[in-house]
Amino acid sequence: MKKKIYLDFAATTPVDQRVKKAMGPYFSEKFGNTMSLHSFGQEAKTALEESREIVADLMGAKPNEVIFTSSATEANNFALKGIAFANKDKGNHIIISSIEHPCIIESANWLKTQGFEITKIKVNKQGVVDLKELENSIKKETILVSVMHANNEIGTIQPIEKISKIIKTQSYKLKAKTYFHTDAAQTFGKIPVNVKKLGVDLMTVSSHKMYGPKGVGALFIKEGTKIIPLLHGGGHEMGLRSSTVNVPGIVGFAKACQISKKEMGNEAKRLKKLKEKLVKGVLSKVKGSHFVGDLKNSLPNIANFWFEGVEGESIVIELDLLGIAVSTGSACSSEKLQASHVLLACGLKPWQAHGSLRVSLGRFTKEKEIDYFLKVLPKVIENLRKISPFKGNFES
Amino acid sequence: MKKIGLYTKKVLEHFKNPHNMGKIKNPDGVGKVGNIVCGDEMWLYIKVKKDKGKEIISDIKFETYGCVAAIATSSIITDLAKGKTIEEALKIDKKEIVEALEGLPPVKLHCSVLATDALYEAIYDYLKKKKRKIPENLEKIHQRIEKERKIIEEKYKEWIKFEESIKENKKAEG
Repeated sequence: MKKKIYLDFAATTPVDQRVKKAMGPYFSEKFGNTMSLHSFGQEAKTALEESREIVADLMGAKPNEVIFTSSATEANNFALKGIAFANKDKGNHIIISSIEHPCIIESANWLKTQGFEITKIKVNKQGVVDLKELENSIKKETILVSVMHANNEIGTIQPIEKISKIIKTQSYKLKAKTYFHTDAAQTFGKIPVNVKKLGVDLMTVSSHKMYGPKGVGALFIKEGTKIIPLLHGGGHEMGLRSSTVNVPGIVGFAKACQISKKEMGNEAKRLKKLKEKLVKGVLSKVKGSHFVGDLKNSLPNIANFWFEGVEGESIVIELDLLGIAVSTGSACSSEKLQASHVLLACGLKPWQAHGSLRVSLGRFTKEKEIDYFLKVLPKVIENLRKISPFKGNFES
Repeated sequence: MKKIGLYTKKVLEHFKNPHNMGKIKNPDGVGKVGNIVCGDEMWLYIKVKKDKGKEIISDIKFETYGCVAAIATSSIITDLAKGKTIEEALKIDKKEIVEALEGLPPVKLHCSVLATDALYEAIYDYLKKKKRKIPENLEKIHQRIEKERKIIEEKYKEWIKFEESIKENKKAEG
């Protein structure tokens, strides 16, 4: 049988068997509705509140500060739209970074049509937001700043604590009330994430990026934050997110948090070593290859490259035919036929972004899988360069 | 239609083992279409021989930078055009390419246009070099391709200008 190697953990992760086991009873046995008064309902309610404590614990929050959602996308929509409409009496200005996930960018773009003013902060070559520009952009009308914790394409970690300080100082000076939100979908469960240490008022997390089930996310909302819900109805989740609660999913998310809490330290070290081997290997074995991002200040599991003279979708499919799953920021792979906004924001030219490849490692990645990837990649790139009119500008 | 994921088996066959890949030395016509800024560029070379008063595409080769669909359409068009007369080759359309590949995903249909454009441009180049009359239809196609090329170049120039203005602002600030 052909080997199958999954190196796309930043896209999604498989559910950990321990998580699956924990979820098991909540489908057909403990199936109650958390809003029901009888024992079925109360059993589900207890599981929900215990899960909330566990998720809150991993982020250093109080349980009543955690609102479960259906996804990180929903949590990000909730944060932006909920804060915008709850605080429009104080101002209409929102700041985001230029490399946010599409669910932040598109929410901000939509808010623009509703009369809000949006500022997008640029990043440097490593993908770190320009702190000076951010500082200068804050004004009296600024009600929200949203900067992701780590980027999903290049893995660069943002200086969230510094940004928090800048926002506090500036908003104090200007007598503004500026909330700070971070999208931690890529970092939560992989590196230590503490809302107090980071100094954020809102934070988005996701279950399926950390070996929990799909269909579950959460938004941390600091006590006292003025926000309105997206979903109105029966008043679930402290009135902030009506909808029958996805108990099995949330129980799974909590189990994933418990496992991460215990294993995160060693796992991050292990992945960091593997990533170093991967990056060194690619750059030394493939001529005309380039690393994108920040080697020092980044997630231990995401590496991004671009290759001269070849297009990313072709690399992905050729690797897929060899049993290896990775992804690309090339225009040809997107429905919109546009190159990754993240890579362009980092200063890559369109044809450089078209040749990009993201390799992301995870809990089940073995060293021999990296070895196999490094063994086959040079040949794949070489084959595609034979077809291409651009052979690359490197010494061969 | 057999599909493996996004693409048909036929597309993947051509992608894995493209036919007529490479350059022709001293070609009689060259067609260069697409743009690396957009993510795909196709170069097509033809050699034309006269046989019993007919002009036949005796050899055809391609070089392509692009996605799986761009490479597969390049490969299939060389198969379709090889051995055909100039008149016959000008009748090859995108529909024929898509059918020969047993289908393309909707978002990739433009790659079939790129392939026919490359062939038409190579024939245009050949006729031009021979100082021959260009058929009206081919002239129209050539004008459209030129126009599209200019639009992309303009767009790209604006993009470069925008980039430079950012750099200058930075310098001014710093």
